[in-house]
Order: sequence, then C-alpha cells, then structure tokens
Amino acid sequence: MPEGNRVDDTADLKSLPLNALHEAAGAKFGPFAGWSMPLSYPLGVLKEHLHVREQAGLFDISHMQLIDVAGADAAAMLSKACPLEAASQPTGLSKYTFALNDRAGVIDDLIVTRLGENRFMVVANASRAAVDIARLVDFAEGLDCRVEPLERVFLALQGPAAEAVMTDAGFDVADMKFMSGTEPKPGWFMSRSGYTGEDGFEIAMPVDAATAVAQKLAADKRVEWIGLAARDSLRLEAGLCLYGQDLDENTDPASAGLQWAIPKALRQGGGYAGAARLAEIIAEGPAQRRVGLKAEGRQPVRAGAPLTTPDGAPAGRVTSGGFGPSADHPVAMGYVPAALALPGTELIAEVRGKPVAMHVAKLPFVQKRSSKGN
Amino acid sequence: MSKTYYTEDHEWIRVEGETATVGITNYAQEQLGDLVFVELPEIGRSIAKGEETVVVESVKAASDVYAPVSGEITDVNEALAGDPALVNRAAEGDGWLIRLKLSEPGQLDELMDQAAYQAMVE
Repeated sequence: MPEGNRVDDTADLKSLPLNALHEAAGAKFGPFAGWSMPLSYPLGVLKEHLHVREQAGLFDISHMQLIDVAGADAAAMLSKACPLEAASQPTGLSKYTFALNDRAGVIDDLIVTRLGENRFMVVANASRAAVDIARLVDFAEGLDCRVEPLERVFLALQGPAAEAVMTDAGFDVADMKFMSGTEPKPGWFMSRSGYTGEDGFEIAMPVDAATAVAQKLAADKRVEWIGLAARDSLRLEAGLCLYGQDLDENTDPASAGLQWAIPKALRQGGGYAGAARLAEIIAEGPAQRRVGLKAEGRQPVRAGAPLTTPDGAPAGRVTSGGFGPSADHPVAMGYVPAALALPGTELIAEVRGKPVAMHVAKLPFVQKRSSKGN
Repeated sequence: MSKTYYTEDHEWIRVEGETATVGITNYAQEQLGDLVFVELPEIGRSIAKGEETVVVESVKAASDVYAPVSGEITDVNEALAGDPALVNRAAEGDGWLIRLKLSEPGQLDELMDQAAYQAMVE
C-alpha cells in the first residue's frame, strides 16, 4: 500500500547530478518524465508545502531543459516557433509562451528569456525536452541560429524569504523584477520566476559548481529542501498548469485560459506555428474552458475524475486535483464546456464510483505573491 | 486478552474474541505522509479478505487499505472525519480505521505476528 513499496522500473531512469545530496537529505525518490526525482524529504509533503509559503523552499529542477538559442536570426526563429514578439522583447525580460501544433494544440509551455541582441534562453519541460529541441532545430534550419541544449544543474528557491536568502548567499538579485532573467557568470542563468505562486528565483549553473551552491542555500535556516510532490500541490493552488495534465496537444492556450500570454497583435493571426487555428478559436470563443474546481467536502478529487452537471449531463473532467495545504481544502482544476465555466456553477465529480459535489471556483486558490508566469 | 496480527500490506488487526480492530501500521503512515482524508466504509457491509475497504489519502495520492480478513463491519472510526492526521499521530492506537466481526477466524493463522512484521519492514 505505501508508495515507497511500489516497484517501479527504475532501470532506465536518469539520476539528477546532485542525487547524492538528495539521498543525504533523506529524500524519497520516484520517477517523473524519465528522471528519478526527489518526491519528498523527511519534513513531509504537507509541511514542505507550508514552509514554501511561509519562508523558502529549495527545489532541484535539473530535469527541466535549458536551450540556448543564439545567432542573428534567433529572434526571427523564435517568432516562428512560438507566439512571441521576440524581436521587440527587451533584453532581460522573460516571457511565458508555447510551442503550438497546427491545431493550436500545446506541444509544450515554455519560458523564453532574452539575454542579448542575438541570444535567448528557452526553458522547457522535461517530458517534452526532446520534442522541443528537435522542433527548434527544424525551425532554425537554413537560418543564422544555433540551438544548443545545455547540461546544467537547475535549482529553484521559492517563498517570501527567497530574496533575502539569495542576497545572503551572495547573489545580486534585489533589482531583479519578476519574470526577468540574466547570466550572472558565463554558463550560468538566473531568473526571478517560479512555479509556486510565490516570489522566487531559478538558477542554473555548470554541474561542477552546483554542489557548493546547493549546500550553501540549503544550509540557510530559512530554507528546506522541497520535493516534487509539494511542487505539484503548490502550483495547483496557484492555478498553474502542469504539462501532460492540464495542457497537451489537444488543448489550446485560449481554452486553457492562457490567452494573456499571447501578444494582442498575434491573437488575430501571425507568422507563428498554430497562428491560423488559434485566431479562429479566439474569434469563435473556445468550446471548453479550464476552470478551478472546489469540492464541497474534504475528499480530494484527483486527475481523471469525470464531471457531470447535477442533471447527469457530461461536463468535462478533472485534469489536476489533490489537497491544498495552504487553502486547507481539496483543490482541483479541469476542463468544462464554456457555458459551465462561471464561478459557482455546480458540478458532480465521480470518485471511485461515488458522486462528489464540486463547484467552479476562481483561480488561484491562494493569493499569489508573484505575477503571472509558469 | 487480545492478540495483534500484521499483513504484508502493512495493516494491523487486533483480535478480542470475535471482534477485530483494523488499522495501518506506523511504518505505513510514515510512508504515506500526512493524511488529509480517510474514506470509511458503511457499517454493516460484509467484506471479503483482500477487498478494498478503506481509502487513505495524502496530499499527493490515494491508497487502498485491504481487508486483512473477512467479516462484517461493525464500527468505523468517526474521529477521522474531522482529524485524518490522527492516523499519523497514533496509527496503531486511536488512529484505528474499522472494527469487524470475524466470519472466518481461521484466516488469522495466515497473518504475521509483530516480530515477523518487524523483520519484514526492516
């Protein structure tokens, strides 16, 4: 019954470069997107989650893929690959964006930071890294544009104390705005961003420099190591999408409620992949919408639960769900027909064959201390 | 006079006469982490050994608890509705899950005693 006893096929999993550090910290590991990842630490998921909201949590997110895009045509390439105005994106600014297929379905959600006139850093999801790299290489063909996947240790420090912890660790972050990014040293990358709804930073560095940095940050009294399980409950409370659950190649940014990430001028079309179909969906209005869902009781409703109206008509499904430790109630999100997307709309989820009353709720479930982003 | 048995699925069962109290072991609650919800069965339901009887839910997952022996449910731990973390604090005491009237007491012979269970989890 306990998770730890499940036999997983761990033979083909990649280990994080700092795996030994996580083992020493007492992590429990599990598979995610081909990686053996720390799921939780001895503090436990619930307290890890609350600690991030109260102080600061350190996450190893080295499974995520950094891709260096450089060359005179880099901006032009990215403006074809993504619904981005890369040419006019100010240096130092990070943008949440997408790789779309020709049906405007989301191949991946990405953060693209401009590092210089001819350089951008793309951060991609682990599960889509190979697809993203191949796709960007295709778009760069024949252009003056190099696409280089980087091997880095990638850490996130999240929480209200993150700025003070980074400053005390010697990082010059006080002037960084949320959704901005920079290279503190050659081979390093640092952004003020995150996936928890809190203020925070993501910092990538060469593997040989990483142990010392991770140990320094983890040694701060305000900091605890946080596993993937709490990362999931934090992002869900913050209303942020998990690729593969809340976003996939059959969902588009408008249905997902992420139209804010599409520049206004590109909503009626443009030169990027998926532009024509996305413009149609925006003009027609999406048939389905992603919404927050709150259960009436204490029982969590998890991903995959089918939804109906109180009359029994099919009404979509839950795509992420669990318990929100800060919200102190079950939290979920899912896709429902657009007519049922208004907050307060009553729906019924089916959990293990039994009905659970829910209603559409505004996202996020907790007040965000960061601005929009991934 | 009671005797406590253990299963490979990390349940304990304390037997007094024909009545058995069932819970999950301290080892199991440590593995599961903080519980946020416990789904208990209806009193009066007959269950067969190995049947999914209780669901314990942590922040990240729902896990089934199987009936260690066959019987009829005579009581459930109502305190868990408002305080599921009681299982974490006292898994092998106040955090019990259900009580059963045994229908096949002979099934107890197939279970482990405490020493055998300790040896299994260590």
